[in-house]
Amino acid sequence: MSIKRKACIAGAWEHPLRKAPDKTTAQLHYECARGALADAGLGFKDVDGYFCAGDAPGFGMLSMVDYLGLRVRHVDSTETGGSSYLIHVSHAAQAIAAGHCDVALITLAGRPRSEAASGVAAAAKPNVPEVPFEVPYAPVTLNAYALAAMRHMHEFGTTAEQLAWVKVAASHHAQHNPHAMLREVVTVADVLASPLVSDPLHKLDCCVVSDGGGALVVVRPEIARSLKRPLVNVLGAGEAVKGQGGGRVDLTYSGAAWSGPKAFEEAGVSPQDIRYASIYDSFTITVLMQLEDLGFCAKGEGGRFVADGNLISGVGRLPVNTDGGGLCNNHPSNRGGITKVIEAVRQLRGEAHSKVQVPGCELALVNGTGGLLGTRHGSATLILGRE
Amino acid sequence: MTMIPERSFAAPMVDSANAPFWQAASEGVLLIKRCNACGEAHWYPRPFCPHCGSENTEWVTASGSGTVYSFTVTRKAGPVPYVLAYVTLDEGVTMLTNLVDAEIEALHIGQRVNVVFRQAEGGGAVPVFTPVAP
Repeated sequence: MSIKRKACIAGAWEHPLRKAPDKTTAQLHYECARGALADAGLGFKDVDGYFCAGDAPGFGMLSMVDYLGLRVRHVDSTETGGSSYLIHVSHAAQAIAAGHCDVALITLAGRPRSEAASGVAAAAKPNVPEVPFEVPYAPVTLNAYALAAMRHMHEFGTTAEQLAWVKVAASHHAQHNPHAMLREVVTVADVLASPLVSDPLHKLDCCVVSDGGGALVVVRPEIARSLKRPLVNVLGAGEAVKGQGGGRVDLTYSGAAWSGPKAFEEAGVSPQDIRYASIYDSFTITVLMQLEDLGFCAKGEGGRFVADGNLISGVGRLPVNTDGGGLCNNHPSNRGGITKVIEAVRQLRGEAHSKVQVPGCELALVNGTGGLLGTRHGSATLILGRE
Repeated sequence: MTMIPERSFAAPMVDSANAPFWQAASEGVLLIKRCNACGEAHWYPRPFCPHCGSENTEWVTASGSGTVYSFTVTRKAGPVPYVLAYVTLDEGVTMLTNLVDAEIEALHIGQRVNVVFRQAEGGGAVPVFTPVAP
C-alpha cells in the first residue's frame, strides 16, 4: 500500500530555546506538542496517534502519553536515533492510510547542553552483542563519522576544503535565523583553521549541541483541508538500516542508498525534481555522502557537488538546510531529524526566512541518518510536496 | 614524529557467547568465527552465521595479519589521543580496533598491520594492531 497523498503534515514547530536549564525534558516535549498542534489549528483532544523515540523520558511512550494526557488508539516508538522522526512521519502516514488514527503527534526534546551530555560518551551497556567487540576501542559519535570521512577521501579524493563548504553553506543560512546558535558566517579557511578533533574532521565540521526540541502533526488529508494551513503532502518515504554486514564493512555509502530510491519511486519523482533538501548534518561528511547516495550527484562526486556554495539558497543548484541545520542552528537532544522536517515544511509553505526561501518551492526531500555512520545507522527519506 | 600514546583498556565484557574469544585473547590468539555451511567468516563473532543463517559455525585462529581500511586520530574524546581503525584481516572480515605503537603522521589506509595484545585492567587482553615494520 502506497502512502502517497494519504497524509499531510499539518503542524510543525521548533522550540526557540537552544539552552533550557530551567525546563524538564518532559516539559519541552509538551511545549513542542502544544506548538505544533497550535500551528495546525488542533488541540490535544484531537490527537489519536502518538509517536516518540529514545529521547522521551521515563518509560518513553507510556510516560509521555500519560504525561500529555492523551487518549490514543495508535502508538509507535520506533527508535533509529536522529532519523526516528522521519520514520515516524512515514509510519504515521501508513497508520492513517490503514485507518488506525487520524491525527498523529510526533515529539522530540532533550537537554544535552544543560546536562553536559554531548552524545560522545559511549556507555558500556551489558547484553549488547557488538559492545564487547567495540567499546574497548572507544568508538564515539565523532570518530565513527571520521572513519567514513577518511575512507571517502581515500577512495574519491574528497578534500577537507570540500567538506568545509557544507559548513560554510549552513553558516550563510544561519545568519538569517534569529534562533540559530551560530549566526556568524564562516569561510572555508575558518573551518580548516579550527582544531582537528578526529582526523580528518575539524571542530567546525561538527554540529552544535543544543537543548530544545520540535514536534509535527500528521493528519488525514480531509482533516488537513479543513484547517487553515497550506497543504503539505507526504508523497513518498523510505527507511533502511545499514551496519557492518557481518564484517563486510563498506564505508563508502550510507543507508540513504537504500531509503532514497524507495522514496523517489513511491513519490514518482527524481532528484532533479527536488527544489529544496533537508539533509541531516551531524557532520559535514554526513551531508556529502547522503547527497551522493540520494542521487543528487554520482558516487564520489559529492565533494565537487557541495563546493563553491552550491548548497546556499539563491546561489547554488540545491539549497540545503536553510535554517542553518545542525551545523549552525539546532541539534536538540543530539538528534537532528525533526528540525529537518520542520524546515522542509517551512519551505513548502513559503514560510522560510525571505533571504533563504526557495521561490515556488513545491517539492522537497528530507533525509535523516541516525546512529553512527561508521558502524550502524538508520536512514530515512521523505519526499514532501505542496498541493 | 609523534608516537600514539599508550592508553589503558577496561576488562573485556565476557558473556557465554564470546567467552572462547576472550580466553584465546588472554593467551595471545585472535579468533574469528567461520561458517561450516557457507564457508564465510564473519565479524563480530555470533552463535550463528549472519551471511547464511546456519548455526554450524566454529572458532578458527586468524593469521593476525591485515590491512588498514580506515582510521582516525581521535584527539578530543578521551584523556589521550588514540587511533580508532577498521582493519581488514587477511581472512576477509573487517573489524573495529585501535592502532598502537606507531607514528601518527605515518599512518595510512592500505598499511599492513599485525595483531598485538594489550593487557586489560582487571585481567584479560584486548587485540589491537600495529604497523608491520617496512
